[in-house]
Amino acid sequence: MKEHMTIISNRQIAKGVYELTLASSLVGRMRTPGQFVHVKVATFAPLLRRPLSLCDINHEASECTIVYRAEGAGTTLLSQKQPGETLDVLGPLGNGFPLSVLSSGQRALLVGGGIGVPPLYELAKQLVKNGVYVTIVLGFQTKDVVFYEERFASFGKTYVATVDGSYGMKGFVTDVIEHHALSFDVLYACGPKPMLKALQQQFPHKELYLSLEERMGCGIGACFACVCRVPHSETAYKKVCSDGPVFRAGEVVL
Amino acid sequence: MNRLAVELPGLSLKNPIMPASGCFGFGREYAKFYDLSVLGAIMIKATTLEARFGNPTPRVAETPSGMLNAIGLQNPGVDKVLAEELPWLAQYDVPIIANIAGATVEEYVEVAKRISQAPNVHALELNISCPNVKKGGIAFGTVPEVAAELTRAVKEVSAVPVYVKLSPNVTNIVAMAKAVEQAGADGLTMINTLLGMRLDIKTAKPILANVTGGLSGPAIKPIAIRMIYEVSQAVSIPIIGMGGIQSAEDVIEFFYAGASAVAIGTANFIDPYVCPHIIRDLPPLLDELRIHHISECTGRSWNNGQTVYCGT
Repeated sequence: MKEHMTIISNRQIAKGVYELTLASSLVGRMRTPGQFVHVKVATFAPLLRRPLSLCDINHEASECTIVYRAEGAGTTLLSQKQPGETLDVLGPLGNGFPLSVLSSGQRALLVGGGIGVPPLYELAKQLVKNGVYVTIVLGFQTKDVVFYEERFASFGKTYVATVDGSYGMKGFVTDVIEHHALSFDVLYACGPKPMLKALQQQFPHKELYLSLEERMGCGIGACFACVCRVPHSETAYKKVCSDGPVFRAGEVVL
Repeated sequence: MNRLAVELPGLSLKNPIMPASGCFGFGREYAKFYDLSVLGAIMIKATTLEARFGNPTPRVAETPSGMLNAIGLQNPGVDKVLAEELPWLAQYDVPIIANIAGATVEEYVEVAKRISQAPNVHALELNISCPNVKKGGIAFGTVPEVAAELTRAVKEVSAVPVYVKLSPNVTNIVAMAKAVEQAGADGLTMINTLLGMRLDIKTAKPILANVTGGLSGPAIKPIAIRMIYEVSQAVSIPIIGMGGIQSAEDVIEFFYAGASAVAIGTANFIDPYVCPHIIRDLPPLLDELRIHHISECTGRSWNNGQTVYCGT
Protein backbone atom coordinates (compact mmCIF):
# COMPACT_ATOMS: atom_id res chain seq x y z
CA MET A 1 0.00 0.00 0.00
CA LYS A 2 3.04 2.26 -0.01
CA GLU A 3 5.22 2.78 -3.07
CA HIS A 4 7.57 5.22 -4.66
CA MET A 5 5.64 6.49 -7.66
CA THR A 6 7.34 8.15 -10.62
CA ILE A 7 6.28 11.64 -11.61
CA ILE A 8 5.22 11.62 -15.27
CA SER A 9 4.18 15.27 -15.36
CA ASN A 10 3.50 18.09 -12.92
CA ARG A 11 2.12 21.19 -14.63
CA GLN A 12 0.14 24.29 -13.76
CA ILE A 13 -3.39 24.24 -15.22
CA ALA A 14 -4.84 27.35 -13.53
CA LYS A 15 -3.57 29.99 -11.13
CA GLY A 16 -1.92 28.04 -8.30
CA VAL A 17 -3.56 24.81 -9.47
CA TYR A 18 -1.39 21.89 -10.61
CA GLU A 19 -2.03 18.60 -12.33
CA LEU A 20 0.30 15.80 -11.23
CA THR A 21 0.47 12.47 -13.02
CA LEU A 22 2.12 9.56 -11.21
CA ALA A 23 2.95 6.04 -12.36
CA SER A 24 3.54 2.75 -10.54
CA SER A 25 1.85 -0.58 -9.91
CA LEU A 26 0.06 1.04 -6.95
CA VAL A 27 -2.47 2.32 -9.52
CA GLY A 28 -3.70 -1.28 -9.78
CA ARG A 29 -5.20 -0.89 -6.30
CA MET A 30 -7.02 2.34 -7.16
CA ARG A 31 -10.65 1.71 -8.00
CA THR A 32 -13.09 4.10 -6.40
CA PRO A 33 -13.46 7.80 -7.17
CA GLY A 34 -13.30 9.89 -4.00
CA GLN A 35 -10.47 7.85 -2.49
CA PHE A 36 -7.25 9.67 -1.73
CA VAL A 37 -3.53 9.06 -1.59
CA HIS A 38 -1.28 10.23 1.24
CA VAL A 39 1.84 11.82 -0.23
CA LYS A 40 5.18 12.41 1.51
CA VAL A 41 6.57 15.62 0.07
CA ALA A 42 9.73 16.07 2.18
CA THR A 43 11.71 14.22 4.84
CA PHE A 44 11.36 16.59 7.79
CA ALA A 45 9.42 19.68 6.76
CA PRO A 46 6.58 19.18 6.38
CA LEU A 47 6.76 16.05 8.46
CA LEU A 48 3.31 14.68 7.75
CA ARG A 49 1.92 13.37 4.49
CA ARG A 50 -0.51 15.35 2.36
CA PRO A 51 -3.91 13.81 1.58
CA LEU A 52 -4.75 14.38 -2.10
CA SER A 53 -7.79 12.95 -3.81
CA LEU A 54 -7.56 10.92 -6.99
CA CYS A 55 -8.75 12.82 -10.03
CA ASP A 56 -8.18 10.28 -12.77
CA ILE A 57 -7.26 6.59 -12.66
CA ASN A 58 -5.77 5.08 -15.81
CA HIS A 59 -5.24 1.36 -15.32
CA GLU A 60 -3.99 0.76 -18.86
CA ALA A 61 -1.06 3.12 -18.39
CA SER A 62 -0.70 2.37 -14.63
CA GLU A 63 -1.03 6.11 -14.10
CA CYS A 64 -3.11 8.27 -11.81
CA THR A 65 -3.69 12.01 -11.85
CA ILE A 66 -4.03 14.34 -8.91
CA VAL A 67 -5.07 17.98 -9.13
CA TYR A 68 -3.99 20.12 -6.19
CA ARG A 69 -3.65 23.75 -5.18
CA ALA A 70 -0.17 24.95 -4.19
CA GLU A 71 -1.19 26.78 -1.06
CA GLY A 72 0.79 25.72 2.00
CA ALA A 73 4.39 24.67 2.42
CA GLY A 74 3.76 21.05 1.45
CA THR A 75 1.83 21.59 -1.75
CA THR A 76 4.18 24.42 -2.78
CA LEU A 77 7.12 22.01 -2.46
CA LEU A 78 5.12 19.44 -4.40
CA SER A 79 4.56 21.93 -7.22
CA GLN A 80 8.34 22.19 -7.66
CA LYS A 81 8.85 18.46 -8.23
CA GLN A 82 10.02 17.50 -11.70
CA PRO A 83 9.09 14.62 -14.02
CA GLY A 84 11.32 11.62 -13.36
CA GLU A 85 11.50 12.26 -9.62
CA THR A 86 9.70 9.84 -7.33
CA LEU A 87 7.19 10.42 -4.55
CA ASP A 88 6.50 8.25 -1.50
CA VAL A 89 2.77 7.52 -1.80
CA LEU A 90 0.54 5.64 0.64
CA GLY A 91 -2.84 4.54 -0.58
CA PRO A 92 -5.40 4.44 -1.94
CA LEU A 93 -7.08 5.36 1.33
CA GLY A 94 -10.61 6.04 2.50
CA ASN A 95 -13.98 5.18 1.06
CA GLY A 96 -14.98 6.87 -2.15
CA PHE A 97 -18.30 7.76 -3.75
CA PRO A 98 -20.77 4.87 -3.99
CA LEU A 99 -21.51 4.13 -7.64
CA SER A 100 -23.88 1.20 -7.28
CA VAL A 101 -26.66 3.42 -5.89
CA LEU A 102 -27.41 4.44 -9.48
CA SER A 103 -28.21 2.21 -12.40
CA SER A 104 -28.12 2.83 -16.13
CA GLY A 105 -30.50 5.57 -17.23
CA GLN A 106 -30.66 7.34 -13.87
CA ARG A 107 -29.40 10.88 -13.29
CA ALA A 108 -26.53 12.12 -11.15
CA LEU A 109 -25.73 15.71 -10.27
CA LEU A 110 -22.05 16.31 -9.55
CA VAL A 111 -21.24 19.47 -7.60
CA GLY A 112 -17.67 20.61 -6.99
CA GLY A 113 -16.28 23.66 -5.26
CA GLY A 114 -12.73 24.90 -5.85
CA ILE A 115 -10.13 22.27 -5.11
CA GLY A 116 -13.01 19.89 -4.34
CA VAL A 117 -13.63 19.54 -8.07
CA PRO A 118 -10.92 16.96 -8.95
CA PRO A 119 -12.41 13.73 -7.46
CA LEU A 120 -15.62 14.37 -9.42
CA TYR A 121 -13.72 13.82 -12.67
CA GLU A 122 -13.07 10.10 -12.10
CA LEU A 123 -16.58 9.85 -10.66
CA ALA A 124 -18.13 11.35 -13.82
CA LYS A 125 -16.04 9.03 -15.96
CA GLN A 126 -17.17 5.90 -14.10
CA LEU A 127 -20.83 6.97 -13.87
CA VAL A 128 -21.01 7.64 -17.61
CA LYS A 129 -19.43 4.24 -18.22
CA ASN A 130 -22.28 2.75 -16.16
CA GLY A 131 -24.84 4.48 -18.38
CA VAL A 132 -25.76 7.12 -15.80
CA TYR A 133 -26.61 10.61 -17.08
CA VAL A 134 -24.46 13.20 -15.37
CA THR A 135 -24.85 16.94 -14.99
CA ILE A 136 -21.95 18.88 -13.51
CA VAL A 137 -21.88 22.14 -11.57
CA LEU A 138 -18.49 23.62 -10.75
CA GLY A 139 -17.95 26.60 -8.47
CA PHE A 140 -14.80 28.69 -8.24
CA GLN A 141 -13.74 31.95 -6.59
CA THR A 142 -12.71 33.66 -9.80
CA LYS A 143 -11.93 33.07 -13.48
CA ASP A 144 -8.16 32.52 -12.94
CA VAL A 145 -8.70 29.38 -10.91
CA VAL A 146 -11.25 27.66 -13.16
CA PHE A 147 -10.05 24.30 -14.46
CA TYR A 148 -11.32 21.13 -16.19
CA GLU A 149 -14.52 22.70 -17.55
CA GLU A 150 -14.01 21.24 -21.02
CA ARG A 151 -12.96 17.87 -19.73
CA PHE A 152 -16.13 17.63 -17.63
CA ALA A 153 -18.22 18.80 -20.59
CA SER A 154 -17.33 15.58 -22.41
CA PHE A 155 -19.32 13.66 -19.78
CA GLY A 156 -22.41 15.83 -19.54
CA LYS A 157 -23.88 19.30 -19.38
CA THR A 158 -21.42 21.39 -17.34
CA TYR A 159 -22.22 24.67 -15.57
CA VAL A 160 -19.63 26.98 -14.02
CA ALA A 161 -20.17 29.66 -11.40
CA THR A 162 -17.68 32.12 -9.95
CA VAL A 163 -18.19 34.00 -6.72
CA ASP A 164 -17.04 37.29 -8.29
CA GLY A 165 -18.88 36.72 -11.57
CA SER A 166 -15.69 36.89 -13.65
CA TYR A 167 -16.62 33.64 -15.41
CA GLY A 168 -19.86 31.73 -15.89
CA MET A 169 -22.74 32.56 -13.64
CA LYS A 170 -22.11 34.94 -10.74
CA GLY A 171 -22.75 33.26 -7.42
CA PHE A 172 -22.55 29.86 -5.79
CA VAL A 173 -23.19 26.35 -7.05
CA THR A 174 -26.50 26.37 -5.19
CA ASP A 175 -27.57 29.42 -7.27
CA VAL A 176 -26.80 27.52 -10.48
CA ILE A 177 -28.81 24.51 -9.36
CA GLU A 178 -31.76 26.71 -8.43
CA HIS A 179 -31.55 28.90 -11.52
CA HIS A 180 -31.59 25.96 -13.92
CA ALA A 181 -33.89 23.89 -11.69
CA LEU A 182 -31.51 20.96 -12.00
CA SER A 183 -33.02 17.64 -10.97
CA PHE A 184 -31.35 14.34 -10.16
CA ASP A 185 -31.69 10.94 -8.51
CA VAL A 186 -28.42 11.23 -6.55
CA LEU A 187 -26.20 14.22 -5.85
CA TYR A 188 -22.45 13.85 -5.29
CA ALA A 189 -20.46 16.79 -3.96
CA CYS A 190 -16.97 17.73 -2.88
CA GLY A 191 -15.90 21.17 -1.71
CA PRO A 192 -15.70 23.52 1.26
CA LYS A 193 -17.91 22.79 4.24
CA PRO A 194 -20.22 25.82 3.76
CA MET A 195 -21.00 24.56 0.25
CA LEU A 196 -21.77 21.05 1.52
CA LYS A 197 -23.98 22.51 4.25
CA ALA A 198 -25.86 24.65 1.73
CA LEU A 199 -26.48 21.64 -0.49
CA GLN A 200 -27.71 19.60 2.46
CA GLN A 201 -30.16 22.39 3.31
CA GLN A 202 -31.24 22.80 -0.29
CA PHE A 203 -32.09 19.10 -0.64
CA PRO A 204 -33.04 17.79 2.81
CA HIS A 205 -34.99 14.83 1.44
CA LYS A 206 -32.74 13.71 -1.41
CA GLU A 207 -29.90 11.21 -1.57
CA LEU A 208 -26.66 13.20 -1.26
CA TYR A 209 -23.09 11.96 -0.91
CA LEU A 210 -20.65 14.53 0.40
CA SER A 211 -16.86 14.32 0.45
CA LEU A 212 -15.37 16.08 3.50
CA GLU A 213 -12.02 17.72 4.06
CA GLU A 214 -10.26 17.84 7.41
CA ARG A 215 -6.70 18.23 8.68
CA MET A 216 -5.33 14.72 8.88
CA GLY A 217 -2.48 13.07 10.69
CA CYS A 218 -2.02 9.45 9.72
CA GLY A 219 -4.75 9.12 7.07
CA ILE A 220 -5.50 5.55 8.13
CA GLY A 221 -7.71 6.06 11.18
CA ALA A 222 -5.18 5.69 13.98
CA CYS A 223 -4.49 9.23 15.20
CA PHE A 224 -8.03 10.58 15.70
CA ALA A 225 -7.11 13.97 14.22
CA CYS A 226 -9.91 14.13 11.64
CA VAL A 227 -12.96 13.01 13.58
CA CYS A 228 -16.41 14.53 13.13
CA ARG A 229 -19.52 14.17 15.20
CA VAL A 230 -22.48 11.93 14.51
CA PRO A 231 -25.95 13.53 14.97
CA HIS A 232 -27.70 13.07 18.34
CA SER A 233 -24.72 11.64 20.22
CA GLU A 234 -22.19 13.03 22.69
CA THR A 235 -19.50 10.43 22.10
CA ALA A 236 -20.19 8.86 18.69
CA TYR A 237 -17.86 9.89 15.89
CA LYS A 238 -16.67 9.10 12.38
CA LYS A 239 -13.15 9.51 11.08
CA VAL A 240 -12.97 11.48 7.85
CA CYS A 241 -9.92 9.54 6.64
CA SER A 242 -11.06 5.97 7.18
CA ASP A 243 -14.86 6.11 7.58
CA GLY A 244 -15.08 8.79 4.87
CA PRO A 245 -14.04 11.01 3.29
CA VAL A 246 -17.41 10.45 1.54
CA PHE A 247 -20.46 10.36 3.80
CA ARG A 248 -24.15 10.23 3.04
CA ALA A 249 -25.76 13.57 3.97
CA GLY A 250 -27.00 13.40 7.55
CA GLU A 251 -24.53 10.70 8.55
CA VAL A 252 -22.18 13.19 10.22
CA VAL A 253 -22.51 16.73 11.58
CA LEU A 254 -21.10 19.23 9.12
CA MET B 1 19.84 -16.23 21.43
CA ASN B 2 17.61 -13.36 20.44
CA ARG B 3 19.86 -10.33 20.62
CA LEU B 4 16.86 -7.98 20.68
CA ALA B 5 14.97 -9.70 23.51
CA VAL B 6 14.48 -7.56 26.60
CA GLU B 7 13.12 -8.43 30.03
CA LEU B 8 11.34 -5.68 31.95
CA PRO B 9 8.96 -5.86 34.90
CA GLY B 10 5.92 -7.76 33.64
CA LEU B 11 7.22 -7.73 30.09
CA SER B 12 9.14 -10.38 28.20
CA LEU B 13 9.74 -8.56 24.96
CA LYS B 14 10.97 -10.31 21.82
CA ASN B 15 12.33 -6.95 20.83
CA PRO B 16 12.34 -3.54 22.52
CA ILE B 17 10.18 -1.82 19.87
CA MET B 18 6.58 -0.86 20.58
CA PRO B 19 4.18 1.72 19.21
CA ALA B 20 3.53 4.56 21.66
CA SER B 21 0.15 5.20 23.18
CA GLY B 22 -2.11 7.46 21.17
CA CYS B 23 -0.22 6.81 17.95
CA PHE B 24 -1.54 3.35 17.24
CA GLY B 25 -5.18 3.36 18.32
CA PHE B 26 -5.94 -0.18 19.48
CA GLY B 27 -3.93 -1.66 16.64
CA ARG B 28 -6.72 -2.37 14.17
CA GLU B 29 -5.60 0.15 11.56
CA TYR B 30 -1.99 -1.06 11.52
CA ALA B 31 -3.03 -4.73 11.41
CA LYS B 32 -4.02 -4.02 7.79
CA PHE B 33 -0.36 -3.23 7.05
CA TYR B 34 1.53 -5.96 8.96
CA ASP B 35 1.30 -8.78 11.50
CA LEU B 36 1.20 -7.10 14.91
CA SER B 37 2.93 -10.14 16.45
CA VAL B 38 6.28 -8.81 15.17
CA LEU B 39 6.10 -5.99 17.73
CA GLY B 40 7.78 -6.14 21.12
CA ALA B 41 4.63 -4.78 22.77
CA ILE B 42 1.76 -2.41 22.03
CA MET B 43 0.93 0.63 24.13
CA ILE B 44 -2.78 1.08 23.51
CA LYS B 45 -4.58 4.40 23.37
CA ALA B 46 -5.27 6.06 26.72
CA THR B 47 -8.35 4.60 28.33
CA THR B 48 -10.63 6.42 30.75
CA LEU B 49 -13.59 5.19 32.80
CA GLU B 50 -16.25 6.62 30.48
CA ALA B 51 -16.16 7.13 26.73
CA ARG B 52 -14.68 10.47 25.67
CA PHE B 53 -15.20 12.31 22.39
CA GLY B 54 -12.13 14.47 22.89
CA ASN B 55 -11.48 17.98 21.62
CA PRO B 56 -13.00 19.82 18.65
CA THR B 57 -11.05 19.95 15.38
CA PRO B 58 -8.55 21.08 14.17
CA ARG B 59 -6.70 18.69 16.43
CA VAL B 60 -3.34 18.67 14.69
CA ALA B 61 -0.96 21.29 13.36
CA GLU B 62 2.46 20.85 11.84
CA THR B 63 5.70 22.39 13.02
CA PRO B 64 9.24 22.06 11.66
CA SER B 65 10.20 18.40 12.16
CA GLY B 66 7.23 17.87 14.41
CA MET B 67 3.53 18.11 15.00
CA LEU B 68 1.19 19.46 17.62
CA ASN B 69 -1.79 17.40 18.64
CA ALA B 70 -4.72 18.07 20.92
CA ILE B 71 -6.88 14.98 20.51
CA GLY B 72 -8.12 15.09 24.11
CA LEU B 73 -8.01 11.41 25.10
CA GLN B 74 -10.78 10.26 22.77
CA ASN B 75 -11.54 6.64 23.67
CA PRO B 76 -14.52 4.31 24.02
CA GLY B 77 -14.18 3.88 27.81
CA VAL B 78 -12.68 1.02 29.80
CA ASP B 79 -15.60 -1.40 29.53
CA LYS B 80 -15.65 -1.25 25.76
CA VAL B 81 -11.86 -1.56 25.59
CA LEU B 82 -12.14 -4.69 27.76
CA ALA B 83 -15.05 -6.11 25.79
CA GLU B 84 -13.95 -5.31 22.25
CA GLU B 85 -10.40 -4.07 21.82
CA LEU B 86 -8.34 -6.27 24.15
CA PRO B 87 -10.01 -9.57 23.09
CA TRP B 88 -9.39 -8.59 19.48
CA LEU B 89 -5.73 -7.87 20.24
CA ALA B 90 -5.41 -11.27 21.97
CA GLN B 91 -5.17 -12.96 18.55
CA TYR B 92 -1.64 -11.53 18.32
CA ASP B 93 1.38 -12.83 20.21
CA VAL B 94 2.19 -9.45 21.72
CA PRO B 95 1.97 -8.11 25.29
CA ILE B 96 -0.21 -5.05 25.79
CA ILE B 97 0.70 -2.06 27.91
CA ALA B 98 -2.54 -0.32 28.81
CA ASN B 99 -2.27 3.46 29.07
CA ILE B 100 -4.76 4.72 31.63
CA ALA B 101 -5.96 8.25 32.32
CA GLY B 102 -8.46 9.95 34.56
CA ALA B 103 -9.67 13.20 36.08
CA THR B 104 -9.47 11.97 39.68
CA VAL B 105 -7.43 9.44 41.68
CA GLU B 106 -10.61 7.37 41.99
CA GLU B 107 -11.03 7.23 38.22
CA TYR B 108 -7.43 6.10 37.67
CA VAL B 109 -7.84 3.45 40.36
CA GLU B 110 -11.08 2.13 38.88
CA VAL B 111 -9.66 1.93 35.35
CA ALA B 112 -6.46 0.29 36.65
CA LYS B 113 -8.42 -2.26 38.66
CA ARG B 114 -10.51 -3.31 35.67
CA ILE B 115 -8.06 -3.17 32.80
CA SER B 116 -5.17 -4.87 34.62
CA GLN B 117 -7.32 -8.02 34.84
CA ALA B 118 -7.28 -8.53 31.08
CA PRO B 119 -5.11 -11.57 30.28
CA ASN B 120 -3.09 -9.82 27.57
CA VAL B 121 -2.44 -6.64 29.58
CA HIS B 122 1.03 -7.21 30.99
CA ALA B 123 1.64 -3.72 32.35
CA LEU B 124 -0.05 -0.38 32.89
CA GLU B 125 1.23 2.96 31.72
CA LEU B 126 0.00 5.65 34.06
CA ASN B 127 -0.73 8.71 31.94
CA ILE B 128 -0.01 11.65 34.20
CA SER B 129 1.26 13.77 31.38
CA CYS B 130 -1.42 14.41 28.78
CA PRO B 131 -1.32 18.15 28.15
CA ASN B 132 -4.63 18.22 26.26
CA VAL B 133 -7.31 17.66 28.87
CA LYS B 134 -8.56 20.22 31.33
CA LYS B 135 -8.95 17.90 34.29
CA GLY B 136 -6.47 15.26 35.35
CA GLY B 137 -3.78 14.18 32.98
CA ILE B 138 -0.96 16.62 33.38
CA ALA B 139 -2.30 17.98 36.68
CA PHE B 140 -1.00 14.74 38.20
CA GLY B 141 2.28 14.99 36.36
CA THR B 142 3.83 18.22 37.52
CA VAL B 143 3.87 17.99 41.31
CA PRO B 144 6.04 15.13 42.70
CA GLU B 145 3.87 14.48 45.77
CA VAL B 146 0.66 14.32 43.72
CA ALA B 147 2.25 11.94 41.20
CA ALA B 148 3.56 9.76 44.01
CA GLU B 149 0.18 9.55 45.70
CA LEU B 150 -1.49 8.52 42.46
CA THR B 151 1.21 5.94 41.74
CA ARG B 152 0.76 4.44 45.18
CA ALA B 153 -3.01 4.24 44.79
CA VAL B 154 -2.80 2.58 41.37
CA LYS B 155 -0.05 0.18 42.48
CA GLU B 156 -2.30 -1.01 45.26
CA VAL B 157 -5.03 -2.19 42.90
CA SER B 158 -3.13 -3.13 39.76
CA ALA B 159 -2.67 -6.80 38.96
CA VAL B 160 0.32 -5.97 36.73
CA PRO B 161 3.44 -3.78 36.98
CA VAL B 162 2.90 -0.04 36.67
CA TYR B 163 4.98 2.26 34.49
CA VAL B 164 4.56 5.99 34.97
CA LYS B 165 4.64 8.20 31.87
CA LEU B 166 6.51 11.37 32.71
CA SER B 167 5.82 14.81 31.32
CA PRO B 168 8.68 16.95 30.05
CA ASN B 169 6.68 20.04 31.04
CA VAL B 170 8.33 20.28 34.44
CA THR B 171 11.27 22.13 35.91
CA ASN B 172 12.86 19.08 37.48
CA ILE B 173 12.05 15.76 35.81
CA VAL B 174 14.49 13.89 38.05
CA ALA B 175 12.45 14.89 41.12
CA MET B 176 9.31 13.55 39.42
CA ALA B 177 11.04 10.29 38.52
CA LYS B 178 12.38 9.76 42.01
CA ALA B 179 9.02 10.52 43.60
CA VAL B 180 7.16 7.90 41.55
CA GLU B 181 9.97 5.37 41.98
CA GLN B 182 9.70 5.73 45.75
CA ALA B 183 5.93 5.37 45.46
CA GLY B 184 6.42 1.96 43.90
CA ALA B 185 6.49 2.52 40.15
CA ASP B 186 7.95 -0.50 38.37
CA GLY B 187 9.24 1.54 35.47
CA LEU B 188 9.10 4.87 33.69
CA THR B 189 8.08 5.82 30.19
CA MET B 190 9.31 9.13 28.88
CA ILE B 191 8.80 11.59 27.45
CA ASN B 192 5.24 12.65 26.71
CA THR B 193 4.70 15.64 24.43
CA LEU B 194 5.85 19.19 25.11
CA LEU B 195 3.19 21.83 25.45
CA GLY B 196 3.20 24.09 22.41
CA MET B 197 1.11 26.36 20.24
CA ARG B 198 0.79 27.69 16.69
CA LEU B 199 -1.05 30.70 15.32
CA ASP B 200 -2.69 31.18 11.93
CA ILE B 201 -0.87 33.86 9.96
CA LYS B 202 -4.11 35.15 8.38
CA THR B 203 -6.47 35.13 11.36
CA ALA B 204 -3.88 35.64 14.14
CA LYS B 205 -5.76 32.98 16.08
CA PRO B 206 -4.56 29.57 17.35
CA ILE B 207 -4.66 26.82 14.71
CA LEU B 208 -5.69 24.18 17.24
CA ALA B 209 -9.26 24.40 18.49
CA ASN B 210 -7.86 23.50 21.93
CA VAL B 211 -5.49 26.51 21.62
CA THR B 212 -2.46 24.53 22.86
CA GLY B 213 -1.27 21.05 21.98
CA GLY B 214 1.46 18.52 22.59
CA LEU B 215 4.56 18.71 20.43
CA SER B 216 5.93 15.39 19.19
CA GLY B 217 8.15 14.10 16.42
CA PRO B 218 11.88 14.41 15.64
CA ALA B 219 11.84 18.00 16.95
CA ILE B 220 11.68 16.77 20.55
CA LYS B 221 14.24 13.97 20.31
CA PRO B 222 17.15 15.93 21.86
CA ILE B 223 14.99 16.83 24.84
CA ALA B 224 13.97 13.22 25.35
CA ILE B 225 17.60 12.09 25.13
CA ARG B 226 18.68 14.69 27.69
CA MET B 227 15.90 13.82 30.12
CA ILE B 228 16.44 10.06 29.85
CA TYR B 229 20.18 10.64 30.34
CA GLU B 230 19.47 12.54 33.56
CA VAL B 231 16.70 10.33 34.93
CA SER B 232 18.33 6.97 34.18
CA GLN B 233 21.31 7.93 36.34
CA ALA B 234 19.07 8.93 39.22
CA VAL B 235 16.69 5.93 39.42
CA SER B 236 17.09 2.17 39.37
CA ILE B 237 13.83 1.27 37.61
CA PRO B 238 13.92 0.76 33.83
CA ILE B 239 12.91 3.40 31.29
CA ILE B 240 10.95 2.91 28.10
CA GLY B 241 12.13 5.85 26.01
CA MET B 242 10.15 7.81 23.44
CA GLY B 243 10.20 11.15 21.66
CA GLY B 244 10.81 11.51 17.95
CA ILE B 245 12.27 8.09 17.18
CA GLN B 246 12.23 7.36 13.45
CA SER B 247 15.05 4.88 12.84
CA ALA B 248 17.17 2.08 14.30
CA GLU B 249 19.93 4.66 14.87
CA ASP B 250 17.54 6.73 16.98
CA VAL B 251 16.70 3.62 19.02
CA ILE B 252 20.38 3.01 19.82
CA GLU B 253 20.77 6.65 20.83
CA PHE B 254 17.88 6.28 23.30
CA PHE B 255 19.48 3.13 24.70
CA TYR B 256 22.82 4.90 25.08
CA ALA B 257 20.99 7.66 26.99
CA GLY B 258 19.60 5.11 29.43
CA ALA B 259 16.47 3.50 27.93
CA SER B 260 15.87 -0.27 28.17
CA ALA B 261 13.18 -0.30 25.48
CA VAL B 262 11.61 2.33 23.25
CA ALA B 263 8.27 3.40 21.87
CA ILE B 264 7.60 4.83 18.42
CA GLY B 265 4.96 7.52 18.17
CA THR B 266 4.55 10.14 15.48
CA ALA B 267 6.66 8.15 13.00
CA ASN B 268 3.77 5.66 12.68
CA PHE B 269 1.68 8.43 11.14
CA ILE B 270 4.30 9.12 8.51
CA ASP B 271 5.13 5.52 7.70
CA PRO B 272 2.76 2.81 8.92
CA TYR B 273 5.55 0.27 8.47
CA VAL B 274 8.09 2.13 10.63
CA CYS B 275 8.03 -0.30 13.59
CA PRO B 276 8.70 -3.50 11.58
CA HIS B 277 11.31 -1.64 9.55
CA ILE B 278 13.17 -0.53 12.69
CA ILE B 279 13.01 -4.10 14.06
CA ARG B 280 14.47 -5.33 10.75
CA ASP B 281 17.20 -2.67 10.76
CA LEU B 282 18.43 -3.22 14.33
CA PRO B 283 20.47 -6.47 14.00
CA PRO B 284 22.65 -5.19 11.13
CA LEU B 285 23.15 -1.94 13.02
CA LEU B 286 24.27 -3.87 16.12
CA ASP B 287 26.72 -5.76 13.88
CA GLU B 288 28.08 -2.52 12.57
CA LEU B 289 28.50 -1.19 16.11
CA ARG B 290 30.01 -4.52 17.26
CA ILE B 291 27.37 -4.88 19.95
CA HIS B 292 26.22 -8.39 20.72
CA HIS B 293 22.96 -7.71 22.55
CA ILE B 294 20.89 -4.55 22.52
CA SER B 295 20.72 -4.45 26.33
CA GLU B 296 24.44 -3.70 26.34
CA CYS B 297 23.58 -0.29 24.91
CA THR B 298 21.52 0.86 27.89
CA GLY B 299 23.18 3.77 29.65
CA ARG B 300 26.39 3.47 27.62
CA SER B 301 26.67 7.26 27.47
CA TRP B 302 27.41 7.37 31.19
CA ASN B 303 28.20 3.89 32.49
CA ASN B 304 31.38 3.06 30.55
CA GLY B 305 29.92 0.02 28.86
CA GLN B 306 28.51 -1.85 31.84
CA THR B 307 25.02 -3.19 31.50
CA VAL B 308 22.97 -1.23 33.99
CA TYR B 309 19.65 -2.94 33.61
CA CYS B 310 19.33 -6.38 32.17
CA GLY B 311 16.08 -7.21 33.80
CA THR B 312 14.93 -9.97 36.05
